[in-house]
Amino acid sequence: MPRARRRRARLPTPILLIAPSLVFMTALFAWPLVVGVAQAFTGVDGPTLSHAQRMLDDPYFWPAARNTVLLIVVLIPLQFAFALTMALVLRERPRFSGLYFYIWVVPLAISDLAAGLVWLSIFTDRGYLNSVLDRLGVEPYSWLSYEHPTTVFLAVLIAELWRATSLVFVIIVAGLQGIPQDYDEAAAVFGATYWQRLRHVILPQLRPSLQVAMILRTILAFQTFAVAQALAGRDFPLLVGETYHWYNTLQNANVAAVIALVVLGASMVTSVAYLRLLRDRTTEVAT
Amino acid sequence: MTNSSWYGPRVSRRAALGLGLGVAAAPALAACGGVSTSGADGGSGSVSFLCTQFAPVEERQRFEQILSNRVTTAKVAYNTADGGVFASTIQSQVEAGKVQVGLVGGLHGELAPHASRLTDLDDLVTALADRGIEADLTDLSKLGGNAAKYIPWMQASYVVAVNKKALQWLPSGADPQKLTYDQLLAWAAAAKAGNGGKAVLGIPAGPKGLYHRFFQGFLLPSFTGGQITTFRSPEAVQAWQYMKELWANTTPASTNYDFMQEPLQRGEVLIAWDHVARLVNAPKEKPDDWLMVPAPRGPKGLGYLLVVVGLGIPRGAPDVDKVKEVIKALTNPDTQLDVLRQNAFFPTVKATLPSDLPPNISLEAAAVQAQQGASEAVLSLPPVGLGAKDGEVSQIFKNTFKEICLDRKPVPQVLDAQAKQLNTILDQLKVPCWKPDPAGQTCKVM
Amino acid sequence: MSAPAAVRRPPAPAATAPPRPRRSSRRRKAVLLQLACLAITAFMGVPLYLITLAALSSRAALNRFPLSLLPTDLSTETMSRFLDSTGVVPGFVNSLIVGLSTLVFALLVGVPAGYALSRYAFRGRDPYQLFLLLTRALPIVVLSVPLAKVFLTTNLYDTTYAVTLLHTALALPTTVLITAAVFVSVPRDHEEAAAVLGANAAQAFVRVVLPQALPGIAASAMFTFVMSWNEVLGAAILTLNQRTLPAQVLATLADSPLAYRFAGGLALVLPALVFIAVMRKYLVNMWGTTLR
Repeated sequence: MPRARRRRARLPTPILLIAPSLVFMTALFAWPLVVGVAQAFTGVDGPTLSHAQRMLDDPYFWPAARNTVLLIVVLIPLQFAFALTMALVLRERPRFSGLYFYIWVVPLAISDLAAGLVWLSIFTDRGYLNSVLDRLGVEPYSWLSYEHPTTVFLAVLIAELWRATSLVFVIIVAGLQGIPQDYDEAAAVFGATYWQRLRHVILPQLRPSLQVAMILRTILAFQTFAVAQALAGRDFPLLVGETYHWYNTLQNANVAAVIALVVLGASMVTSVAYLRLLRDRTTEVAT
Repeated sequence: MTNSSWYGPRVSRRAALGLGLGVAAAPALAACGGVSTSGADGGSGSVSFLCTQFAPVEERQRFEQILSNRVTTAKVAYNTADGGVFASTIQSQVEAGKVQVGLVGGLHGELAPHASRLTDLDDLVTALADRGIEADLTDLSKLGGNAAKYIPWMQASYVVAVNKKALQWLPSGADPQKLTYDQLLAWAAAAKAGNGGKAVLGIPAGPKGLYHRFFQGFLLPSFTGGQITTFRSPEAVQAWQYMKELWANTTPASTNYDFMQEPLQRGEVLIAWDHVARLVNAPKEKPDDWLMVPAPRGPKGLGYLLVVVGLGIPRGAPDVDKVKEVIKALTNPDTQLDVLRQNAFFPTVKATLPSDLPPNISLEAAAVQAQQGASEAVLSLPPVGLGAKDGEVSQIFKNTFKEICLDRKPVPQVLDAQAKQLNTILDQLKVPCWKPDPAGQTCKVM
Repeated sequence: MSAPAAVRRPPAPAATAPPRPRRSSRRRKAVLLQLACLAITAFMGVPLYLITLAALSSRAALNRFPLSLLPTDLSTETMSRFLDSTGVVPGFVNSLIVGLSTLVFALLVGVPAGYALSRYAFRGRDPYQLFLLLTRALPIVVLSVPLAKVFLTTNLYDTTYAVTLLHTALALPTTVLITAAVFVSVPRDHEEAAAVLGANAAQAFVRVVLPQALPGIAASAMFTFVMSWNEVLGAAILTLNQRTLPAQVLATLADSPLAYRFAGGLALVLPALVFIAVMRKYLVNMWGTTLR
């Protein structure tokens, strides 16, 4: 192929195309990353693991790790199922789909703080939910009290589901745009049921979008804490919340850096896993 | 396949033109580097003032008004930041040698980690000697060193707010203005029983709440007479047993409260202990429905904590003389009384309180004065000289509360474990004790 | 037209042909669909309604219990106080400048990279993606001081440029990855066809590939603008007097009375809403092309 030969003549085209982003990121982040990360293992007299030890001894660390993992493991599949449902429902082009689409995307525009605020005002002791219950004659319940950890977790789950599903939804919608309807119709003609078409025609073609959505959503999920903090304070600690706590309140940048590295490590491991598992075999044989 | 029309969306020419113009305009706009948000571009002639206080919208507007009225020597660009951004800004600017902030204002605990990054202000202290700032405060401002690092600007304390509806459950013979801790417990228990099992007492035990100051400055000094040295004494065990019982009669939603004035306004709690600036809005609408009372007394007296907000100058700041003029203007008695009237922070200089204070502020002022002037008052200071470890020491008190009251672990074991951690920090720092502990020795838990 | 050549409907009597859905079952399907949409809209929409309600209620109304779910006690006092407070309008302008500039730079730098990822399986493809994700995966709070120092030493501190640069770096992962995923679905034949017709690589890209990838570009544009609009920490540590709206306002809102927090939350949301309204057209105008 003439194109391939031309490509090897000077700098390969892909490298040229990704060069600006590489240069940009390196110039901006290289030194801060080195300095920030080095703090995790530098003590007064040189390299040390004492900060890591301190982090592990902290009573809030393991609950935070557990909560983060729990939230991710429960939340992400729910969000994907929800977002996929939303996208497929809209694909059938019901009436008012334009308006529905807009409302379903709006939570994307809302900052963490505002989202935490609105769900706090719903779940708090004298909030909207208890107001509704009170009007119905039911005894109000302390949803966010530290004495009721299950409802605290559920409240955080619901709030995060509301806030963050739009991201996945938009990516899936963008991906669905490129799927031709012919294959779908052909499968229908040959007698495939909706579920079969979904599994064998639509989802495989959605794979690149799903892969991207999984990676991005998981990385962002490791980072979220603002909503959980608004709802439950330190009753429901999360890893990044602890990072902020160590950095700001306890003024200890070293331990904060160690926790940040834990978050980074976990995110990278899951990203690598997604890249491997959801690899699109067809682009491997690209010329 | 010869159909060469593109089957994408037809982006009309006009739309493309508009998009292109908009897109090209943005970088052009960026060429001006931004629009000033503080009313002064921090450049020629103005002083950049970075402060952690007066962040809420209304307080900030009122304070900016005071600045423009009272500070006539220079234009002050007022910016607020929360603790973390405040610390990062000072640290990054001083360490890079490019300081743009001329004046910093923060709580004692927020300025303490930056002792090495603030200029010495002894000359300014001598210039302000006639203002009558108390010796205790000036000592605090040395941050454990030899020279004053900040000028005490405002002070505040903590009181108890009581909605008069709670008075129906007050134990007989108890005077709200002169409560003991036992009476408080009895009152809270009676209120909970009389209110259908829902407690009416609240404390700010949220993530940003100041409940650790209650333990450091009020509970422990009142029961044990000390803050650090007596951390695991038998009296301290008694104090925490008491706290356990008090917590059983406090609303559990307290773990979500950072500021008590909103739960008080909403009627979720009727009795609350908190910082004066975080209680001041509660009686605003109907001052006659409220009482502000001093904190209760314990076996060793009435322990109370002083909060100090100071003004400092970062090393390498521009226009230091102008900044010192601003500090002088801010420590003027009239300016400080303005601040009291508007934002409920008390003066550090000698100033007689006027009689025309707003009703909610005069309620607080009376309580604070009664507290400070009580015969058995035991003054406590926030930790001195801990630098960056200030936060960790506060965390120890918070963890003690969590393990004893929330996790219900046995008191002596928790105190021993936490005392060990406290000693690890204190042994590294080797600082002398501060009030209420006896001065002189290197501080550690006995 | 490479539609499978002879896929025509098999003649009706064949046993394998599915029966035409009857009118009533079609209507039932439409009703069920609408119900599903309404249920989802209720979940997504009710909190939005509550923000608006709380932002426009009087302060006294927010202190009552039970709270009213209907707009009975409206007052624009909190909103107008909030909008009058210092620096809200300049902050708005700064946020707009930063948001649009970030959009431009992120697309300029990110779209070619996304194209490269989708078309070429070069060595270092996976490490490159992981490198991009690195900056999003590390909590930026630990980089506060070194990052501020970088901008202080280059004299870019306290300008909108600094914030633009930071936001572009934060937006690159989403831009590159999403556009890559969408470029994958644009078949190579189209570019080759364009080459056959005499277009060079750049022209082929702009006139053939780009229009079909518009949904992906619109999606990443949405994310970039919204992210930049709502980003607080980076903007707060990199500026002092030339702040963006969130840096100016969000930190102070945290300590303000409840009513202001709602008013602030609502005011912050509105411009992002406008941007999404504009972008959504490009996102959903192609629900599955039928021409291949």
